[in-house]
Amino acid sequence: MTDTPTGPGGPTLAERLRGRSELGVCALLLILGVLVLGDALTMDTSFAQRGPVGPKTVPVVVGAGLLVVAVLLAVDVLRGGRGEAEGGEDIDLSAPGDWRTVLLLAGVFLGNAVLIQPLGFPISGALLFWGSAYALGSRSFSRDPIVAAVLSVVTFFVFDRLLSVPLPGGPLMGVL
Amino acid sequence: MDSLNSLLDGFGTALSPVNLLWAAVGVLLGTAIGVLPGIGPAMAVALLLPVTYGLDPTAAFIMFAGIYYGGMFGGSTTSILLNTPGETAAVVAAMEGHPMAKAGRGAQALAAAAIGHFAGGMIGTILLVFLAPTVADLAVDIGAPDYFAIMVLAFVAVTSVLGSSRIRGFASLLIGLTLGLVGLDRLTGQQRLTFGSLQLADGIDVVIVAVGLFAIGEALWVALHLRTRPDQPIPVGRPWLGKAELRRTWRPWLRGPAIGFPFGAIPAGGAEIPTFLSYVTEKRLSKHRDEFGKGAIEGVAGPESAASASAAGTLVSMLTLGLPTTAVAAVMLAAFQQYGIQPGPLLFEREPDLVWGLIASLFIAMGLLIVLNLPLAPVWAKLLRIPRPYLYAGILFFAAVGAYAVGGEPLDLVILLIIGLLGLLMRRYGLPVLPAVIGVILGPGAELQLRRALQISDGSLTGLVNTPFAVTVYVVIALIVTWPLIRKLLPRRTEARP
Repeated sequence: MTDTPTGPGGPTLAERLRGRSELGVCALLLILGVLVLGDALTMDTSFAQRGPVGPKTVPVVVGAGLLVVAVLLAVDVLRGGRGEAEGGEDIDLSAPGDWRTVLLLAGVFLGNAVLIQPLGFPISGALLFWGSAYALGSRSFSRDPIVAAVLSVVTFFVFDRLLSVPLPGGPLMGVL
Repeated sequence: MDSLNSLLDGFGTALSPVNLLWAAVGVLLGTAIGVLPGIGPAMAVALLLPVTYGLDPTAAFIMFAGIYYGGMFGGSTTSILLNTPGETAAVVAAMEGHPMAKAGRGAQALAAAAIGHFAGGMIGTILLVFLAPTVADLAVDIGAPDYFAIMVLAFVAVTSVLGSSRIRGFASLLIGLTLGLVGLDRLTGQQRLTFGSLQLADGIDVVIVAVGLFAIGEALWVALHLRTRPDQPIPVGRPWLGKAELRRTWRPWLRGPAIGFPFGAIPAGGAEIPTFLSYVTEKRLSKHRDEFGKGAIEGVAGPESAASASAAGTLVSMLTLGLPTTAVAAVMLAAFQQYGIQPGPLLFEREPDLVWGLIASLFIAMGLLIVLNLPLAPVWAKLLRIPRPYLYAGILFFAAVGAYAVGGEPLDLVILLIIGLLGLLMRRYGLPVLPAVIGVILGPGAELQLRRALQISDGSLTGLVNTPFAVTVYVVIALIVTWPLIRKLLPRRTEARP
């Protein structure tokens, strides 16, 4: 697994970090571990303790575990270990990542979160579907909005009326 | 027989018109989802978790079981016609099925797979009928230390047996456990990881985590690397089998469950290992060994039968011990939690209508599936032509519906997106998703049982190992953890893998 020469006179730190974006995962685990440990250790348990194991114990174990795993993963990555990206039917791993699409999708999704209450689900849901399909490369301006609207309204009725899972109707459903 | 009587009662429940309808909805959805690329049964059940707010539990689980079995049936269609298996269970089906389809024998491959699923599912479910009550009886007086041991077993197995890297598995598990910690401590009401937020004090709902990791994470990950020109499926006619093929397939169909069922019941990754083992077995036993790799029908029949039988085995562990051995079982366990039902040995006593209705509906689902899949396979294959933007936009759309339905809070949608981005990151860097989901679902329960066990023993750690059941489970855990070491010490076997 080790293809990086180590030892004195080896590559500089910058060289060793190149192509190791996976170290970002280690950093994330480290931050998460510090967060969990910090939260657990500052917890005031004197009044709430019931039984020999209080609410602190498990978070301390999990936090410590996160720190250990972060270090072990960093060692593995620096030795040349790689997490295998997940394959799939519609996934082409040879192509470079298309982050623009992902950002667009995230934006559309957040837009739905903001609009769902003022506009109601039938409208915000249709916008979510249309926007997502657009971000993913669909450019049929006659078909996409119709598909989006039908899907959104049908889903609203199935969930809100048939399955009694409440969704906000918004002004549109107030009219109908 | 006691379980036969209960099963008959179960048929009474399952054959009511409403439940029949839900079984039909389940198998239709399941087959469609199995055929559709990029969406698996675990994601489908996760997306449908919000129906648990409106449906009664029996109907919901009948539908979920239909999706689980239907997904297995549909998954092999994609494998055979497109050579890109969506479910891990269907990987092996592609190895022989796709060459068969290319050689113009796709119809026979589909038939061998569909009847294989039917045979495997039937035998597996019959085993479930007789074994599950026995296991439940044996386990009926297990207490807090035993539950804790089972959950630790689930954690260890899901990180060690699956995936290529144990460190990454544990990283994923710990992320899940952390998400499970958020909220008020169940015993003391102490706030943990809430950072003073009232919203977070309720904890992060399991539905949001499951939908975020399985659905949003997957959709964003596919969006990042979307294939610009999807592969075209091979056109195929109505599945059928000739006499010569039947003579070659009936033994593999019957052998499959012997391998699939036990592997489904233990936490060893569901259908992946048994389908592979079944493939190797069929290859060794076949008179047409030279055909393997070029389209041997035994290599489709055996593994597919094993896959469906493993689904039945999975249900044994899930219903009797509350131990999820696959992603679908994990999400179904989350559904049980939504209803406040604890799967485990007492489930058979407390909820006999639900359990036996569910088991009976499996037989009905299997009958519906064989009818739906044999004549209609060409129709299902048309689903492979769905425009990809619509497919993934639809996943995001239904994920949003599900997350919003949890509490009617727009903030939940933001949390969902954040967890989805985490799911994207995990897929990018090879952290398996399943350990995180198991961590969220079982973590809080495991902590509760641990603290209960230690409360009873007054803090002494011996309280965790004072039952034979718990000791046995810990021995198994020790074996799993030290397995790589043991294998190094064992003499090397001279087995050629295909």
